[in-house]
Amino acid sequence: MANQPNPPRGPGGPGGRRGRGGYQKPKNLRATMVRMFSYLTRRPFLLLLAIVCVAAAALSSVAATYFMRPIINSLTDAVAKGQTDLPGLMGSILRLLGVYAVAAVCSYGQSALMAQLAQRGCNTLRRELFDKLQTLPLSYFDQHPHGELMSRFTNDADNVQMALEQSVVQLISSAITFVATVAMMLYLNPLLFLVTLLTLTGLMLTFTKVGGMSRKFYASQQKALGEMNGNIQEMVEGLKVVKAFTHEELAKAEFNRLNENYRQAASNAVFYSSVLMPIAGNLSNIGYALTAAVGGAMAILRGFDIGGLVSYLNYSRQLSQPLNQISMQMNSLLSAMAGAERIFEVMDQQPEIDEGVIGLVPVDVAEDGTLTEQPNLNRPRHWAWKLPEFNGGYLEQRPDGNWQWHVPNPDGGVDIRPVTGTLVEEEGKRYELVELRGDVRLINVDFGYVPEKQVLYDVNVYAHPGQKIAFVGSTGAGKTTMTNLINRFYEIKHGLILVDGVDIRHIKKDALRGAQGVVLQDTHLFTGTVMDNIRYGKLDATDEECIRAAKTANAHSFIRRLPDGYNTMVTGDGANLSQGQRQLIAIARAAVADPPIMVLDEATSSIDTRTEAQIAKGMDQLMSGRTVFVIAHRLSTVRDSDCIVVIEHGHIMEKGSHAQLLEEQGRYYQLYTGQFTLS
Amino acid sequence: MIKRLLPFMRGYRRQAIAAPFWVSVETVCELILPLLMAAIIDDGIQKGDMSAILKNGGLMLVMSMLSLTGGILAAKFAAQAAQGLGASLRQAEFEQINAFSFGDIDRFSTASLVTRMTNDVTQIQNMVSMCLRMLVRSAVMMIVAIIVACSISVRLATYVLVIMPLVILMVGLMMKFIGPLFGVMQKKIDGLNQVIQENLIATRVVKAFVRQEHEREKFRAANNALTEAGLNAIMRMMAMMPLMMLGMNLATVLILYNGGQMVLHSELEIGQLSSILTYIFNILFSVMMVGMSLLMFTRAKASAGRIFEVLDTVPAIADGAEEMPQGKERGLVEFRNVSFRYAAGGTGDDVLRNISFTAQPGQTVAIVGGTGSGKSTLVNLIPRFYDVTAGSILLDGRDVRDYKLDDLRGRIGMVLQNNVLFSGTIRENLLWGNPDATEEDMIQAAKDAQAYDFVMSFPDGFDTHMEQGGVNVSGGQKQRLCIARAMLRHPEVLILDDSTSAVDSTTEAQIRQSFHDNLKDTTVLLIAQRISSVRNADLILVLEDDTIVDAGTHEELMATSSVYQEIYYSQQEGVSENG
Repeated sequence: MANQPNPPRGPGGPGGRRGRGGYQKPKNLRATMVRMFSYLTRRPFLLLLAIVCVAAAALSSVAATYFMRPIINSLTDAVAKGQTDLPGLMGSILRLLGVYAVAAVCSYGQSALMAQLAQRGCNTLRRELFDKLQTLPLSYFDQHPHGELMSRFTNDADNVQMALEQSVVQLISSAITFVATVAMMLYLNPLLFLVTLLTLTGLMLTFTKVGGMSRKFYASQQKALGEMNGNIQEMVEGLKVVKAFTHEELAKAEFNRLNENYRQAASNAVFYSSVLMPIAGNLSNIGYALTAAVGGAMAILRGFDIGGLVSYLNYSRQLSQPLNQISMQMNSLLSAMAGAERIFEVMDQQPEIDEGVIGLVPVDVAEDGTLTEQPNLNRPRHWAWKLPEFNGGYLEQRPDGNWQWHVPNPDGGVDIRPVTGTLVEEEGKRYELVELRGDVRLINVDFGYVPEKQVLYDVNVYAHPGQKIAFVGSTGAGKTTMTNLINRFYEIKHGLILVDGVDIRHIKKDALRGAQGVVLQDTHLFTGTVMDNIRYGKLDATDEECIRAAKTANAHSFIRRLPDGYNTMVTGDGANLSQGQRQLIAIARAAVADPPIMVLDEATSSIDTRTEAQIAKGMDQLMSGRTVFVIAHRLSTVRDSDCIVVIEHGHIMEKGSHAQLLEEQGRYYQLYTGQFTLS
Repeated sequence: MIKRLLPFMRGYRRQAIAAPFWVSVETVCELILPLLMAAIIDDGIQKGDMSAILKNGGLMLVMSMLSLTGGILAAKFAAQAAQGLGASLRQAEFEQINAFSFGDIDRFSTASLVTRMTNDVTQIQNMVSMCLRMLVRSAVMMIVAIIVACSISVRLATYVLVIMPLVILMVGLMMKFIGPLFGVMQKKIDGLNQVIQENLIATRVVKAFVRQEHEREKFRAANNALTEAGLNAIMRMMAMMPLMMLGMNLATVLILYNGGQMVLHSELEIGQLSSILTYIFNILFSVMMVGMSLLMFTRAKASAGRIFEVLDTVPAIADGAEEMPQGKERGLVEFRNVSFRYAAGGTGDDVLRNISFTAQPGQTVAIVGGTGSGKSTLVNLIPRFYDVTAGSILLDGRDVRDYKLDDLRGRIGMVLQNNVLFSGTIRENLLWGNPDATEEDMIQAAKDAQAYDFVMSFPDGFDTHMEQGGVNVSGGQKQRLCIARAMLRHPEVLILDDSTSAVDSTTEAQIRQSFHDNLKDTTVLLIAQRISSVRNADLILVLEDDTIVDAGTHEELMATSSVYQEIYYSQQEGVSENG
């Protein structure tokens, strides 16, 4: 097994990830190594124990070879003396057996402990990576393909685990074995060691030369593999188009070229990596032969004992093993560190900025308007912002007993604002509870996903509580971008976004997003039952609540007709449902959350207009009493909005109600009438 | 499995035979060494014969050299044979997949097809190179070592026969009990990957609903399950290894003791004792290696099964025999009583029932209907992406199944619902439609599809590089490029499957206009959601519940079809008041 070539790492599991070069050198060797091994050192006692086992196992197997010497020597003596009985034989052999037993126990201890340490360490590594991913901003995911992030968890984490589990142990063990072997050989016969030195030089040369070649060819193999796998991925995914355009022959020709390239590169790479072992092995055989001849001569001429010679010869045969191991493990250690470096790169990313301090809590509203926090309210009808004292702002009691805010403003002055909500005190800290109304304002907002390319210019939108605001415009005009800003998926460049008069940067992100429900253009569902997927909107929702939400979204009737109704498993991002059905479930998911603000981004685009008309009532119910932002390219969907915002190329062209805009006969009028005019 | 793989070894037969041959040479030469060593001790040292030492030492050197040569050649041929086999397998799979019908593709799923072409083939490659080198080496070593050991001392060699079954038993037990544990581990890996994958795809949903903690919990559970399953398998595996080593060492000790007694009674020479120890070790070690190889074998077997599943699939669509007739009616499409279900002969419900209509050359036929009413399926039947279950489809008076597939599809231009652009420049993507098209043709097609302006707005124009899947253009732009690609073919029949859904209505109207102007002789089949898109069609088919419920022009349908009226008014509200 030891001389298996490193298997070329192709795309991993079913995701079809692209292979990554295994021999990529890590950039910052030391730091990465220290950090990688820190996942082992979290259980220092076990690690120490494991290393003791490693050393003991290595030393005892070296010792075992030495213990052959007295046995052979005493036999030789006995034969020379013509004895037919050797009383000490049994004792020597038992001693040998003891050493073997120690070796076995220690080697079990070593592998078992290291397996535990490495598996648990890698568990921690994966968990920390995943936890980190949850905190990264969306812009990070925009810039990094899923496949790439996925391979951090699979290829890279696997490499790290292998290295932690095996490379470390093998390196230590091989180093100890090598040193101990050389020491024993020197002890047995320093003169004979000169012969061995010759072999060693040959071995070293081989490892550097062949190893270097092997690395070079491996790199070109990885490149060819990446190209070929990329082609496979693309062609298989686009197979239907290939067939529609009868492009099969050209596709085959291209594939055959890449396949042949890879075959040649791989033949070379595999040859060089697999030839190392036979060369090394046979070089030590040559050394063995030389040693045997020279040692034999020494035995005759200088009286070197036979037992010593036998032991020495065994050592000389074993000498290539640790070197071979070290060379192999160094490679896998390097590729593991390259993987670790990529993992740490993700872990060191700046998380989503969240300097907000204002929280969101469910509340009860008393008749006099007093708010009380109700954490266990099953179905909160009311939400409140929970404002703490922050940024130098504080609450002070006026002489009349009422409270007011003292907030320093940027001009150096102080703004005084009376407390309008309910004042609460918790653990010595004061908060104001203000009922969430759902007033959303975008003021002079400029934005671009990347600094070079601005997407929105000087956007101003006001949504009063309970209003329905529609964004209309052509593809790429910036409609979806607007909604991405309201829940602070991205940071704006200039301007201000206010919710209930508060800059959203002061609101905790969880609170801000918790106040908003979204149905996105691309519907994504999770593996689990239909019920689980609806409940994603509100984790503690009862079955009744979920079914009620499904009814609102008009999803109830189709769900009931599924093989297992609400218990039907959704698999593969909802691949077993139609796009329209997925959207209905996503609407139900948002409905069960019952948020004060709702964003519907092309929520009904894949539902045909007749069905859409049927669910209109449900949608109305879903939207009533909330501030709603709607994006739709079907103008019929947006007609009854309080305000329609027409966007082109990131600029707001017009704003107004349906009737107003038609009257103005501007862009909206063109769009609206154009829909029904055939050129 | 081996028998089925052999044909793919063609072209590498020489290497496949040479590799085991040189492995055998290497092994045999290596095994002679301890024998020569014994001679040095017994004939040379003990008898004080210097020439015996030099003679045997020289022989040992020669043997080592031979062994070295064998090793290098074996590595070379094994690498060539294994990689050659892998390449042949991939090529065969690629050809086969290209012959698949849409039904076959759906059944396998693209992700699984990719795995079958990449990972599974790698498994086979590893297995073959393992077999050619390790397995042959172990087998040769075992046999030769047994023979040599017997020739030295039958009595001592019999001890091996006691230990060997024990080692074999252990290897067997390991394969039986630990193999499935690794299967369990693989399942947990899949489970973990699924959680990550879904989380990555749905990042927006997770963030929007503030479900990071929920996702963390899910991940933690899957992650811990994997670690437990992994440890469960590995810890058992770990226990086996030292046990086996101990077994081997036990054999050493037994032989040392009994051999020692024999030496004392002059039944055995001391050099022989030391060499027989080496052989015994070789024998037991090779038993272990054979076991390891077999373990690898079982893994490769599953991969081979998956590959052959692809290769054994008889493409559901068989090529027709006839050349394209040069009839004068070009682009006449007829559906005669067509029914279709996905699982032909299976229990699936009909997706289409009794569909009959005719599209005259140059006509535009539009198909409207609700989500899942079978519109896409209907048009996919024309280029035979799927075959009808009953009835027939005729193109220019002949059954589509009589045409050669390439001819048939060559006459049809298609814009699919989930369209794909390939990595390469925009120019390369457009020329996919028609490699012989001139620059003017291409520019015209881009203009007709309303793609020219935005293409030219890119710094590199038509040479703009597209990433895989066309991720660097918007959905609407992608659709327009796909339309241009199809138009560049100058097809007799153009099929547009909801292909302007991401294009805004103004641009769509312009595209319709250019169709009207430039595709006078082309029969167009059009699926659309918006009434505005279909209003001018010569024939509109209204699909509901898997069949055509109404057909006619817009005016006729407005007068007669309640379903059509409903669709119309659902998009129309409020317009009447504006005239």
